[in-house]
Amino acid sequence: MTSSFPWLSLLLVLPLAGAIAMYFATEATAKWIALAATLADLFVALPLWWLFDPQASQMQFTEHVAWITVPPIYYSLGLDGISLPLVLMTAGIMPLCVLASWNAITTRVRGFMAMLLVMETAMVGVFVALDFVLFYVFWEAMLIPMYLLIGVWGGANRLYAAIKFFLYTLVGSLLLLVAIFVLYFYGGHTFDILALSQGTYPASLQMWLFLAFFAAFAVKVPMFPFHTWLPDAHVEAPTAGSVILASILLKMGTYGFLRFSLPMLPDASRIFTPMMVVLSIIAIIYGAYMALAQVDLKKLIAYSSVSHMGFVTLGLFVMNQQGIEGAVLQMVNHGITTGGLFLCVGIIYERTHSRLIADNVGLASPMPQYAVLLVIFALSSLGLPGTNSFVGEFLVLVGTFLWSKVATALASLGIILAATYLLWMIQRVVFGVPSPHHLPKLKDLNRRELATLVPLALLVFLIGIFPNPLVSRMHQSVTNTIASMSRAKVAPTAPPSAGLTGPLLAVGGEQLKIQGALR
Amino acid sequence: MSLYGADLLALLPELIVVFAACLVIVLDPITPASRRDLLAWLSIGSLALCIGLTGWQINELNVRVSAFSDLVVVDAYARFWKILLYGVTALTIFMSLPYLKAERVHLGEYYGFILLALSGMMVMVSGADLLTIYLGTELMSLSLYIMTGLNRAKPRSLEAAAKYFVLGAFSSGILLYGISLLYGMAGSTKLASIAGAIGTRGADDPLVLIATILIAVGFSFKLAAVPFHMWTPDVYQGAPTSVTAFMAVASKAASFAAFMRVFVEGLGGLKADWSVLFLVIAVITLVLGNVVAIVQTNIKRMLAYSSIAHAGYALIGFVAAGLGVGASGGTPGLASIMIYLTLYSFMTLGAFALIGMLRKGGVEGEEIEDFTGLAKRQPLAAFLMLLFMASLAGIPPTAGFIGKFYVFMAAVEAGLAWLAAIALIFAAVSAYYYMRVVMVMYMREPDPSSVEQPRLVASPALSFVLACAVAGVILFGLYPNPLVSFALQSVLTFK
Repeated sequence: MTSSFPWLSLLLVLPLAGAIAMYFATEATAKWIALAATLADLFVALPLWWLFDPQASQMQFTEHVAWITVPPIYYSLGLDGISLPLVLMTAGIMPLCVLASWNAITTRVRGFMAMLLVMETAMVGVFVALDFVLFYVFWEAMLIPMYLLIGVWGGANRLYAAIKFFLYTLVGSLLLLVAIFVLYFYGGHTFDILALSQGTYPASLQMWLFLAFFAAFAVKVPMFPFHTWLPDAHVEAPTAGSVILASILLKMGTYGFLRFSLPMLPDASRIFTPMMVVLSIIAIIYGAYMALAQVDLKKLIAYSSVSHMGFVTLGLFVMNQQGIEGAVLQMVNHGITTGGLFLCVGIIYERTHSRLIADNVGLASPMPQYAVLLVIFALSSLGLPGTNSFVGEFLVLVGTFLWSKVATALASLGIILAATYLLWMIQRVVFGVPSPHHLPKLKDLNRRELATLVPLALLVFLIGIFPNPLVSRMHQSVTNTIASMSRAKVAPTAPPSAGLTGPLLAVGGEQLKIQGALR
Repeated sequence: MSLYGADLLALLPELIVVFAACLVIVLDPITPASRRDLLAWLSIGSLALCIGLTGWQINELNVRVSAFSDLVVVDAYARFWKILLYGVTALTIFMSLPYLKAERVHLGEYYGFILLALSGMMVMVSGADLLTIYLGTELMSLSLYIMTGLNRAKPRSLEAAAKYFVLGAFSSGILLYGISLLYGMAGSTKLASIAGAIGTRGADDPLVLIATILIAVGFSFKLAAVPFHMWTPDVYQGAPTSVTAFMAVASKAASFAAFMRVFVEGLGGLKADWSVLFLVIAVITLVLGNVVAIVQTNIKRMLAYSSIAHAGYALIGFVAAGLGVGASGGTPGLASIMIYLTLYSFMTLGAFALIGMLRKGGVEGEEIEDFTGLAKRQPLAAFLMLLFMASLAGIPPTAGFIGKFYVFMAAVEAGLAWLAAIALIFAAVSAYYYMRVVMVMYMREPDPSSVEQPRLVASPALSFVLACAVAGVILFGLYPNPLVSFALQSVLTFK
């Protein structure tokens, strides 16, 4: 049901207005303004869940206003079954981030909250933009706020982590910009994402574009071997920063693959599938092994993210209905579960001022409520049936099974390893025997902390037991994506635009050879 | 009078600026030191008059008026640059008011020299004859040499002036040598005659090629393109900061304007040759500028290397114009340079205005370290610097992104996607050193042992400059339409 009310613009404007209001706020009122702005955004986002028409195959809640005339760039927004859950998740996570920072952030609170709110606008913008340049603007606008979040309010080694995050992401996205220009000239002089998804491009060109997209998205996911910024950024970032990174930022990479790489470059995607699957499986197993070895809780969860995001990319690139639906579901699940885990670590860090497992042993007796919630998130993360991740991972593995049985077997190893590192962590942190001088008097969760964790815990079970409302909303969009991938194979090699010559196509012959070799 | 009336009318803005300059210099000795501000206001007044005149001169698009038998032309292309130059000069004067007082070199003739430099630049952008352009270049450069050495008490300022003068004179000689070779071939120094002569003699003529290379070298000095950039860091660092800003912005814009006219209108027949030449120059310029900027500790020196790198990006637009094929015929490339340099002006002026007035005791804090912890002491100043740095790095939604957007789009359209990819990788390198300034401002605590922390000394004139710069950086970043269409229209008078 498309409504003329500018829902999506409102979603973008509310946090930004909050950020601007920070200029006039005091340090004390800043958190309340931020909470109000994020909650308002959530209340604008929630109705979309019911207003959204699961049967419709086109974009919904669209807005289309001319922005730049030469070249034609539009302020073009829309929502489909893939972006809807991600937008809702973003709007839902952000109030929790504000709550989690309530006491943890003591210096320059106004600036911190302003950065969180700018991040929210940019992240929602990435998921709803239907114009490639608009998408890129939102995508890049996130860099500086995130850089500041890590660098100003982060831990001891924050400067290194912040600039590493910044440069890794920037290099990838700049290559994406070149790819956007090339698509513009080949795709009929438009930046419209839907129109570009309908176009056909020469096979050799697709290969180059795929690699440029890959540079941007794989860094963000992060896929092995571009993941090294993630543990650093996670460990150094403040709790809210870690939650944003894990829950939302990482999803933008996989969203990019799903929204751009697959429908625009179906042939290249097919050619690169073996590579993507192999990288995903390496990420799943390697991430899990690294998690096993960590003594720092945040690092453990960071590496588990690498492993879990491997499942998402795996599901995307086996390119069937089950795989992609599982991947989208898993994006949301990972956002909820890992967000919850990072919030848990933040809470214990506020009490013991240590993130090391060794310093936080045996929390079950002093903090029973905390222990219950931590166990719930950990079990969800390892994919216990009845929790959300089980549904997502199961669908991904079913999809993978249709593509290759060996890959499925290897990916399943990741689940076993996840059980190992998470249960081992639980065994120590929750049920361990604390050394006597440790953990003097830990207070259990207060109401604010319960308010940050309980909603996520409820969602864990809600999606785990009753995933259908979510899956049914994404079903049509995933079908569309698959349909647009199986359209006309390769366009004739002659470029439609006279403006593009030589250099881009000079390597065509060579590329085709690679293609042959990969088959 | 009737004979030259139309010609003089065409040159009226230049005449006004020269007249105002002379007036300032004459009035300077009889103005008491406390009232030297009036000289600045006089200069600003003459600029305001010129903006009106230039706008009135060409109120129709595509009008091209030649004066003094084709020595100068007044067209939409010149109008674009002149309006940019008026704006930049006015902002520089505003920026100079508090700066020169703080540096205790508030001399009246400074404003005279700024106006003389401006008149030289105006002649450069309007010149349709190599000698006219040369005269404009010299008038600009001579004024800048003097302004560079304005701070006589500082040895570094004098050193910079001497270096600038020697290397500038050298490059003028090379430029003049190229001009004389072309004169020998064409029997005229008019761009149109030279283009005609190249048409009849063919582009393979070694004489033409040598002359082209010499002229390219001469201009590369002015643009600070590698390998003719050696003077830039020393001069930018040594000159008074307001003069550095003026050089980085106005002199670069005027040089690009003249450079584009000479190569497109005069030497367009050798497009294929000079495109390759500038392709190489552009790549080494942006690689060297960006890489060497990383290790700088003095922020003026860092911005000097960054300005070298930005010249490299603008040159990519020029290469795209040279190699541009199809219906658009290089227009997007030329327009992208005009857009790029306009947006570059806002962020550079803003950054230099901040640097000049960040003071530690009475002294200018021009080391990057001096910005340490600025976000705690003066959050607004730090935030403005953050905006300018983000814009220089080309991060959306700032103006710097729009500038890069059009340049790289033109490059991709000309089939240079690989060049755009290389250039953008080095844009990421540049982000490293721009972000370092942000890092020291926001993420470092100031050294508690030092008694006096550098602070931004606020003043109404400075606030005005910063407000204009921020408005340009943000508004054009969000809505570049007016600028883009203005640039595209202005470029139509070419060829």
